[in-house]
Amino acid sequence: MGKKISLILDGFVKNNPTFVLVLGMCPTLATTTSAMNGLSMGLATLFVLVLSNIAISAIAPMVPDKVHIPVYIVVIATFVTVLQLLMQAFVPSVYATLGLFIPLIVVNCIVLGRAEAFAGKNSVGASALDGIGVGLGFTASLVVIGLVREILGSGSAFGWKLFPGDGVLAFVMAPGAFLVLGYLMALFNKYLKK
Amino acid sequence: MAAKSTFRNMVLCLTAVCLLCGAVLGLVYAATYDAIEAASLKALQASIGQVLPEGGDLSEANHVEVGGQDYEYYLSTGDGKTLAYAVKSTVSSFGGPLTLMVGVLPDGTVYNTSVLSHTETPGLGAKCTTDAAFVGQWKNFPATKSLKLKKDGGDVDAITASTITSRAYTLAVANAVAVVKNLEGESVAVDAASGASAY
Repeated sequence: MGKKISLILDGFVKNNPTFVLVLGMCPTLATTTSAMNGLSMGLATLFVLVLSNIAISAIAPMVPDKVHIPVYIVVIATFVTVLQLLMQAFVPSVYATLGLFIPLIVVNCIVLGRAEAFAGKNSVGASALDGIGVGLGFTASLVVIGLVREILGSGSAFGWKLFPGDGVLAFVMAPGAFLVLGYLMALFNKYLKK
Repeated sequence: MAAKSTFRNMVLCLTAVCLLCGAVLGLVYAATYDAIEAASLKALQASIGQVLPEGGDLSEANHVEVGGQDYEYYLSTGDGKTLAYAVKSTVSSFGGPLTLMVGVLPDGTVYNTSVLSHTETPGLGAKCTTDAAFVGQWKNFPATKSLKLKKDGGDVDAITASTITSRAYTLAVANAVAVVKNLEGESVAVDAASGASAY
């Protein structure tokens, strides 16, 4: 039992995809303009990560070594397209804001990275837990970055206006993404990663 | 861990995985097709309702070619007269195509506008759907005013730090007005080229 919990917790701290593994930087920088966007992107990635981890750990023993990367990518791309169709059908408003970044989950290094480093070598159950842990860790990181950028850049949190005015516009744009990510990464590694 | 690679099992494995994934995608596509169509139709109708004056009977989709570009438009009629047009207008903007639904009265007044789809930067260009000052100015934008940004010598207020999006948005509205003028019998040239030249 303790091992299962630690598998999930690892995704938050020891294997935190954003601040420790430094994977998936493209969606991290691009979609964290607000806390809500970060949350939606994190959950979308979580969905793909858990399903692809499960599927890949199940088929890994049967896949010849030389073709395992194309097989993994096809599996991941399938789940991403499924997610895209489901979002278009049932949450069109979320799809409208994230639309551009959903197909990019296919090439998100976190998903392929966990397939390579974990799912390919571990059982289905452990891979599912690893997917949940890393997915939640990614989601939490995106929400934190998104929240900081939204507060500084738009003066609001989750769409709620905190103070009047526009805030520092730079934080909504690319330079702010790099600044916030850099400082949070430094703080994270100083205080949390032991 | 993995099986030894031979030509035969590599081909078999890739074929099987692709067939399986293709089948899954086909199933999900078929299962979500109706819901996706319904969602986009609902969005279209909501946006038409938003940009046209209340009352009047809405026509089916019509098509007209102006300036080498095909425009889809809807007519609102009442008492045998045309009350307003809703024109779907697409231009290329900062992040990709920007598609608007523009409600135009027969005299060229912009009744209201609504964004159907866009890929603008969240927090910047994407404000073209939410920024109260920018969105609000399109309500009853008079035909006598110039459909250009203020910094381009016109009467349209741009969104802060999103000049390219604002310029593209304004062009989409201007194109829609030109389409209506053509439909009303005037011959007005449409500037099909985009005002956005960022890429």
